[in-house]
Amino acid sequence: MPSVLIHSGTVIDPLNDRHEALDLLIEDGRVAAVLAPDTERAADEHVDASGCWVVPGLIDMHVHLREPGYEYKETVLTGTRAAVAGGFTAVACMANTDPVNDNGAVTKYIVEKAAAADLARVYPIGAVSVGLAGERLAEIGEMREAGIVAVSDDGHPVMDSGLMRRALEYSAMFNLAVIAHEEDRGLAGEGVMHEGPTAFRLGLKGMPAAAEEAMVARDIALLERTGGRLHVAHVSTAGSIDLVRRAKARGLAVSAEVAPHHFTLTDEAVGDYDTNAKMNPPLREKDDVAAAIEGLRDGTIDAIATDHAPHHRDAKDVEFEGAAFGIVGLETALPLCLRLVREHGLAIDTLIRALSSNPARILGVPGGSLAEGSVADVTVIDPDRAWRVDPQTFQSKSRNTPFGGWAMSGAARATIVGGRVLWRAMEPAVMRGQRSARR
Amino acid sequence: MAFTHQHLLGLEGLSRDEILFLIDTADSFKEISERDIKKVPTLRGKTVVGLFYEASTRTRTSFEIAAKRLSADYVSIASSTSSSTKGETLLDTARNIAAMRPDCLVIRHNASGAPHFLAQRIDCPVVNAGDGAHEHPTQALLDLLTIRDHVKRLDDLTVAIVGDILHSRVTRSNVHALKALGARVRLVGPPTLLPAEAAAWGEVHNDLHDGVRNADVIMMLRLQRERQGRNFLPSLDEYSRYFCLTRAALSAAAPNAVVLHPGPINRGVEIASDVADGAESLIMDQVTNGVAVRMAVLFLLANRARQPSVEAPAVAAEPAEAPRLRRKAG
Repeated sequence: MPSVLIHSGTVIDPLNDRHEALDLLIEDGRVAAVLAPDTERAADEHVDASGCWVVPGLIDMHVHLREPGYEYKETVLTGTRAAVAGGFTAVACMANTDPVNDNGAVTKYIVEKAAAADLARVYPIGAVSVGLAGERLAEIGEMREAGIVAVSDDGHPVMDSGLMRRALEYSAMFNLAVIAHEEDRGLAGEGVMHEGPTAFRLGLKGMPAAAEEAMVARDIALLERTGGRLHVAHVSTAGSIDLVRRAKARGLAVSAEVAPHHFTLTDEAVGDYDTNAKMNPPLREKDDVAAAIEGLRDGTIDAIATDHAPHHRDAKDVEFEGAAFGIVGLETALPLCLRLVREHGLAIDTLIRALSSNPARILGVPGGSLAEGSVADVTVIDPDRAWRVDPQTFQSKSRNTPFGGWAMSGAARATIVGGRVLWRAMEPAVMRGQRSARR
Repeated sequence: MAFTHQHLLGLEGLSRDEILFLIDTADSFKEISERDIKKVPTLRGKTVVGLFYEASTRTRTSFEIAAKRLSADYVSIASSTSSSTKGETLLDTARNIAAMRPDCLVIRHNASGAPHFLAQRIDCPVVNAGDGAHEHPTQALLDLLTIRDHVKRLDDLTVAIVGDILHSRVTRSNVHALKALGARVRLVGPPTLLPAEAAAWGEVHNDLHDGVRNADVIMMLRLQRERQGRNFLPSLDEYSRYFCLTRAALSAAAPNAVVLHPGPINRGVEIASDVADGAESLIMDQVTNGVAVRMAVLFLLANRARQPSVEAPAVAAEPAEAPRLRRKAG
């Protein structure tokens, strides 16, 4: 395997307290040496990181790769292409495929597809319940042996509190987090966006913040008794974030993630029925956005995850009520995260933790560190790269994004997985073709 | 003054002058329906398509009569007869209709925003004939025209809207227009049908008598019977106990207050029969004015579709009338 020297950049490695100009030498898929700048070292390949941040590879712990079953939306191959283009060296994919990833055979299938694609690392997440039906516990142990890193019925909230209790208890045996899509179906009803002034104006059915908060509160209450680890997926309301904050203060094993769209946009982005602003949980209000940013700042929210949810054009080009929930996120996440640093004063070290070392810790997977000897998953971030989002140039198979036309700052200059440079973008592909801004 | 919008998707965002212009234009069309021969050549050679995805008798008939009195060719498609039953999407259906070059597309749909969705994608003026719980602009315009006919003013009004505010497109269109005209709006109903957000739209009342006290205009809303199955209310009986406009409740309103209802009415549920049929009730006037309002809207939108000239030679039943209308509207 060729050796790689990443030179002239600033290494930001929060886990090892590094934030300084350093070079990185990679040999045999591992970080071989962290060197003072301009140290003469022979390498087969060079990555010029001048003006860039060299960080442990970004890990998106919440994506939908749609394979098996929905290959017309995304495949493991196209999804991992999108990942490396967006600077992610690893993704964890949800179980709502067809068939559902609720048994070892499906887990193995995904693992094999990922090996064939050979791009970003793919960590399957197994279903909590058979068929995501919320009734019977899936064979978590068998899936664990096949390679799952957590369990979740994402997209289908576990409404049966008894089942949720058992899931927390049983997963603890394998030290797997239960990733919870927190939504009380009775409260959310037939809602299609956040319940608030915009939904009222547009005459659309709302999903109240309480639908999420009630379930976060329930799961925290269960956790007190059961042990195990609870990870709150795509937290979206100020109330939920506060519940997590207080649970952490009590020492409970709870963690949380937030999606970039939830700390960037409000429900007003729905505008005149833009189906690319329709997702679940929905875009909330200004105070919720502020709470999400504060939650990242004070560590209440551990991770940033995109909830990358590719959909075919036909599922979005319909009336709002009938449109599919979800947006793609892998190729727009990084610059949206950098806005937090630039515009909201979030420490870059905190951001890198949320994008790398914390997801690695929650899932128990390699990465998140650039210490000598660690796996050489590295993202080289050019924070100043200016580009405009053109969904037509996405590596993902789908284009459902509310950020089309946005002027962005920041992109991955190189994405290195296991010591191999998979993405190198002096001119990011996303730069090709400029479309007029919609906003 | 002119109406420069390509579509009529809602009244939100329209100015006071634009709303008054629409009402004035409708006013000028009223007398056509009083003639012996109820037809003018104004939209002769124009095609209006009505696309109704939701049951509607009044609105559908009203648009059809309006189009025909203006000599437009009117084609109506109801959802049960359309391709929607064959799995064709709304967009595909609308594109196919647009490909036949109509001059105006009138749409009623149970999905909020369906008219916006089409207006963004097809090259044809779109009139919203009611979309989900969003807007019903021609209904609000006919309400305002009716109020002006009887109360003789549109400024300095206190208007109470009573009933299922949450799901009411009639309310939303009316509030946008009433606020543009400077009226005081009260929204009256049980909290389940009157969410917190409504407070930004008007003065909120859960008590019918408080809500209508000294009001000049009371707009009653139809209570959809299916609401009781969704726990918005325990029963129609209990609803009517608190929110049925009876003569006793009406006595709290201003002297000479008028009562409107978009229909169809549920007698004894939201409105007592003696009120619905009483002297204060303008329900039938609303229906009559509905035709004039829809004539005005079709006239203003269909007349400037892709055909460059609206001055096609008219073989008119009463040719003297058409120029008058054009002059007044222009």
